[in-house]
Amino acid sequence: MDLAVVLAIQVLYAIASLALISLGLAIVFGMMRVINLAHGEFLMLGGYAAIVGTHLGFGLWVSMLVLAPAAVGLIGVVVERTIIRFLYGRMIDTMLATWGLSLFLIGLTTFVFGNTTVGISAPFGALAIGRYRTSAYTLFVIAVATAVLGGVYVVLRHTRLGLIARGTMQNANMAAALGVNPPRVYAVTFGVGAALSGLAGGVLAPVSGVFPTIGVAYIAKAFITVIGGGAAIVTGTVSAASLFGTINQLATFATTPVFGEVALLGAAIVLIRLLPQGITGRFFRRGL
Amino acid sequence: MKVNRRAFLNGAAATAAGLAASGGFSASARADAPIKVASIHDLSGGLDIYGKPMVDALTFAVEEANAAGGLLGRKIELLSYDPQSNMQLYTQFATQAALKDKVAVVHGGITSASREVIRPVLDRFKTLYFYNTQYEGGVCDRDQFDTGVTPAQTVEKLVPYAMKKWGKKVYVIAADYNYGQITSQWVKKYVQENGGEVVAIDFFPLDVTNFGPTISKIQAAKPDFVSSALVGGAHISFYRQWAAAGMRTRIPMASTTFAVGNEHIVLSPEECNGMLVCYNYFQGLKNKTNEAFVAKFHKRFGADYPNITELAMGTYQGFWLWASAVKKAKSVDRMKVIEALETGISIDAPSGKVTIDPPTHHCILDVHIAEVKDKNLVVLENFPQQKPSDTAAVCNLIKNPTDNQQYVIKI
Repeated sequence: MDLAVVLAIQVLYAIASLALISLGLAIVFGMMRVINLAHGEFLMLGGYAAIVGTHLGFGLWVSMLVLAPAAVGLIGVVVERTIIRFLYGRMIDTMLATWGLSLFLIGLTTFVFGNTTVGISAPFGALAIGRYRTSAYTLFVIAVATAVLGGVYVVLRHTRLGLIARGTMQNANMAAALGVNPPRVYAVTFGVGAALSGLAGGVLAPVSGVFPTIGVAYIAKAFITVIGGGAAIVTGTVSAASLFGTINQLATFATTPVFGEVALLGAAIVLIRLLPQGITGRFFRRGL
Repeated sequence: MKVNRRAFLNGAAATAAGLAASGGFSASARADAPIKVASIHDLSGGLDIYGKPMVDALTFAVEEANAAGGLLGRKIELLSYDPQSNMQLYTQFATQAALKDKVAVVHGGITSASREVIRPVLDRFKTLYFYNTQYEGGVCDRDQFDTGVTPAQTVEKLVPYAMKKWGKKVYVIAADYNYGQITSQWVKKYVQENGGEVVAIDFFPLDVTNFGPTISKIQAAKPDFVSSALVGGAHISFYRQWAAAGMRTRIPMASTTFAVGNEHIVLSPEECNGMLVCYNYFQGLKNKTNEAFVAKFHKRFGADYPNITELAMGTYQGFWLWASAVKKAKSVDRMKVIEALETGISIDAPSGKVTIDPPTHHCILDVHIAEVKDKNLVVLENFPQQKPSDTAAVCNLIKNPTDNQQYVIKI
């Protein structure tokens, strides 16, 4: 029984962390069709922002929940204005440009911080469940993921800002004819996507640590989740993260971590073969 | 101008004499030309936490040798290649070092995978090769020298020490490639020889960052301690998550890889205090050679240099073993240097006395068990002059000089 509760928490945590690392990418890819290969580095920069903020004395919470998204969001806007905006509709060129950006950011971070960066430990301490113990911070990550997903849903569904964003992505010319400034919407959307990546990087920093190449560990899973989820941003991310997170954790627990990773990748291949448009291409089609 | 046969012959003779003279001249210039030493270590990508300190140590050693007048009256030039944690680049740079730059020796390779990539290349092009990393043992190749420690030197000491301190039930976790696979078998062997039991061995791909299910599995198995051979930046998160679940104070841990990448500085003391490790070198070793070395090193690289690692010291000692052999052979010729090394050459290094073991081309050296304490490694026990008995069981290059393979020792 204790074990079942611990396992349930871990499955929820896997889903939450997958959703967190994918959401920023889902917004940028799902709404703007930009394949951002520097997404992993945005997460990495979020982690560094949290660590630097904490070491500068801003406090863990402010650094993680405010500084990290603000800093990376700002970087996102700069990147959109200087690189991405010239490449809309040229998917291959964007991939090349963002891949270059990813290498540049890794190099720059190594140059500035070196490769021995003192991390931050997870707050809250441990949580005992019967004979088992797990980190209480796990529950915090689940809560943050839920709040962020809920927030994005509400903004997109119920605010004027969300309506304009969705309208511009669907038909930029029509939106422009109705008095919207599409380049501004693009810049803001890209910035929001980057800020959410920064938040995810900051929140996960105490769990996974921060070093210049950590993005590599995230990016493949983020892409698999976004592609598996399909066109709808929130529903797609949640459904794909739930599917892959559950499979990954249960397979890891039942067998070994190697098979856990294999099961996740295997599930992704089968899913894309059966549902080339992702989960929301077939189910929850009216989702968002 | 009219060219007749006599004028032509005169001209040709003059040219030939000129060529011969210039040939002679360039040959004498070659004797003063610097001796080239290649370094192939990852300075970027996921393995740079290991590579950077190794290259710093090699740079330091070369500067030290040049300040003392070089070798055989010639300066030493260090050519540093960065394979960017990419195996393909290892092949490319090893070929370039051997054929284009014609180096006297290659120091390089960090993971066992990278070593097995460049070893055949350097064999084929007859270039002397030093591998300076602690590894799983068993490489038997006359062209190569291994200056790092192997399981019979470290695991054999660490496992009984930890078992005596904590108990006989062990849970093993390791990185999923040849190093982790083979080392975990050594851990199992020594646990069983000391009357203990290995409850499970779990392997992790190098990019795994979520260890939740494994931590639950370890709790369910209730071992007396955990033995870790995790590798690289992503795996550091295991120690973080382990401590966050409150397990550090409940189940202790020993490791064959921890602190080699300065993990004890990256993590906070609450996350890793009490961990046991066993290596050849620790920065805090108390002997005169080491104290002088550390002071000089800090003068060169700054007093805030995080930590001189095991791998950095392996590289430094590897260079000086080679350099002493060159002095002894009075030549940088590959075969003459190998023969000089095979006399069982020995140096007084910061880690203590380091001697080449001629039959295996590995080293006889001191090892120490240390405990992680508040970002430092505190030495608890010394084991002087340990022989590479694992490799010695299968490899004898004096009897079989043409042997060339990595033995996977049957356990």
